Amino acid sequence: MDFADSAPEAAFRQRLRDWVRDNNPGLPASSTDDAYWRGQAAWHRSLYDAGFFGLSWPKAVGGHELPCVYDAILDAELAAADAPPRPSLGYLVQGILEHGSEDITRRFLPGIVNGRDRWCQGFSEPDAGSDLASLRTRADRFGDEFVITGHKVWTSYSDDADWCLVLARTDHDVPKHKGISAFAVPMRQPGIEQRPLKMINGITKEFGEVMFDGARVPAANMIGEPGDGWALAMTVVSHEREPGELGFVARYAKTVNHLVGEVGEHPAEYDSEQVRDLAWAIVEAEMLRLHVSRRLSERLDGISHGPEGSVDKLLMTWTEQAVGHAALSIGRAGHGGRDDTPLKVYLYSRAQSVMGGTSQIQRNLVARRILRLPA
Amino acid sequence: MDVRLSPEQQALRDSVAQAVHRLGPKTTRDFDDAERSAKLDAAVGGAGWRELRAADDNGRPLASGVEAAIVAEELARGLADVAFLGPTLAAELRRLAGAPAGSSAETVALSAGLGALASDGDLAGAVAVDVAGAASALVLDADRLAAVSLVAGDTLVDLTRPSTVLDVPTARVVDGAVGVEDIDRWTALGLALTCADLVGAMRGAVELACEYAKQRRQYGAAIGSFQAVQHLLADAHVMTEGSRSVALHAAWAVDALSPSEALAAAAVAKAYCARAARTVCETSIQVHGGIGNTWECLAHVFLRRALLSSDILGGVGPSLARVLDHHGIGGGRGLR
Repeated sequence: MDFADSAPEAAFRQRLRDWVRDNNPGLPASSTDDAYWRGQAAWHRSLYDAGFFGLSWPKAVGGHELPCVYDAILDAELAAADAPPRPSLGYLVQGILEHGSEDITRRFLPGIVNGRDRWCQGFSEPDAGSDLASLRTRADRFGDEFVITGHKVWTSYSDDADWCLVLARTDHDVPKHKGISAFAVPMRQPGIEQRPLKMINGITKEFGEVMFDGARVPAANMIGEPGDGWALAMTVVSHEREPGELGFVARYAKTVNHLVGEVGEHPAEYDSEQVRDLAWAIVEAEMLRLHVSRRLSERLDGISHGPEGSVDKLLMTWTEQAVGHAALSIGRAGHGGRDDTPLKVYLYSRAQSVMGGTSQIQRNLVARRILRLPA
Repeated sequence: MDVRLSPEQQALRDSVAQAVHRLGPKTTRDFDDAERSAKLDAAVGGAGWRELRAADDNGRPLASGVEAAIVAEELARGLADVAFLGPTLAAELRRLAGAPAGSSAETVALSAGLGALASDGDLAGAVAVDVAGAASALVLDADRLAAVSLVAGDTLVDLTRPSTVLDVPTARVVDGAVGVEDIDRWTALGLALTCADLVGAMRGAVELACEYAKQRRQYGAAIGSFQAVQHLLADAHVMTEGSRSVALHAAWAVDALSPSEALAAAAVAKAYCARAARTVCETSIQVHGGIGNTWECLAHVFLRRALLSSDILGGVGPSLARVLDHHGIGGGRGLR
């Protein structure tokens, strides 16, 4: 039992630290400013080209096949250097790795991992949120193609995406979970219209809706077999619930470091209530870092994903929202012409208990699958 | 980095759990069964678990903070009514001071409010904790240790671990000296062990409530099938898991980091675990309904144990103040 670096881990950490010092692009705080997303693609490619992205993924798709605990080192060093967090793409990669054929993984994963292709995820619909399996977007086969018709929403980064991982109904005569298939759909075509949605903190690059009206996708772009879409979706959302996969530890630690710096510089300006909010943010962010270390260690024997992802999602949510409350408290809600980044951090934090499965759904899963409470 | 328990650590955890399962209390009436608790005491003593922090020939502890925390967690999970924290902290003090091992069972005394090791000269209201079987308690006398004799303990908040309020005792000096760093290291161990104790109490309280929710029926269904009850228990489980992660790190930090870093890690863990434990134990009482508010139900015994462990060496407020101190935000104004 050891939280400390092994010799190879320490060497990696030093190499990474030296690189980040000279290559931090200094982007605005993530999800608070549209300029962040404009600079994020270059940051992704720079991280990848330097050999610091996709650490635990197969070499065949551009990864490094390192033990998954290296991701914890990456997150810690990015936060300490005040650099942007790593791109949160692990859930797409894991979903395609687990369910895609060799042809699919070879064609699509390298571009996702190296950052040359940008992806979005077409799962939720206006009438299929928590009840995702009741989705109505349809894919109808005509020869070697499927034609897609439907409406997707909460599609992050849809306006910049080259590809969309779409869940669509291909069989209408079987129970709802069994008639769904998954496709890699090219976004730049006439049958697709996308509209950004403005989030409550004002950003427009992260939330979107996508209308498919006769969009075409080659049958060879189906990921998995017909009817396997639900299984793929469950793999994707289970990874989407994991802070270790998303790299959010770095995001929270970075905000906390900023708040600590602000209070440390002007201690007389903050009362005990504000300082207490900050103390809880420090404690929660540190808890999540340690919890991720524990989870990644449990996976050293190979990846296994069970209902524990719901535990981690709730811990991550509580952390993000405690950090958000500290930002609100220390940032004084942007009153008086102050920098309103903390206010935007706070407002964005409200989405964490909804995205990737609401906290209510996570609690249902913990109660039934872990505590084995009766249905 | 690999923070999984080693096979030896897992075996230790299993043997403590087995001893407590065999000889620990199953109902509140079992606390009156002196023969049972004497057997549990003999099992814990015989296994050497109270000497894990005693010095080896080189002055190092026989086992790390992680092993000591594993024992603390399993004892609390089963509401073991035997001494562990007190004698372990006394052994650690003697080890750090370079003092010879105590000749009879001993514990430690904490200042009024339980926030720190008691100091000779300011013993008014000091409390010797976890005194079962102890003849004396260690206190600080400037940079030396001193021992005060104890009379029988009283059960204050915790029904499983009696305490004694010191009655203007006279202390006899013990050989050896401790510095500021020694006290930081010792405090880090004390906080780490109370965190482990809180995690054990939370696990026990959640297990008790889940069992009850599966068996108790209302409206023709087990109450555990109702979403309102499920969400209470799910939150309690998640808080327990977050607590396990910080408590494990604090236990590791005791020996692996510098005294000030170990103390900072312990403070993060204690703030998190103390807040979580109160909520989790209260949830267990709530899920038990009317029964949960009776003396007979074990739910309040978990809460009581958690309340004592929270206060020992500082609960939420003092721990948050330590966290802020470590980040250079002085004093943690108003939080102590």
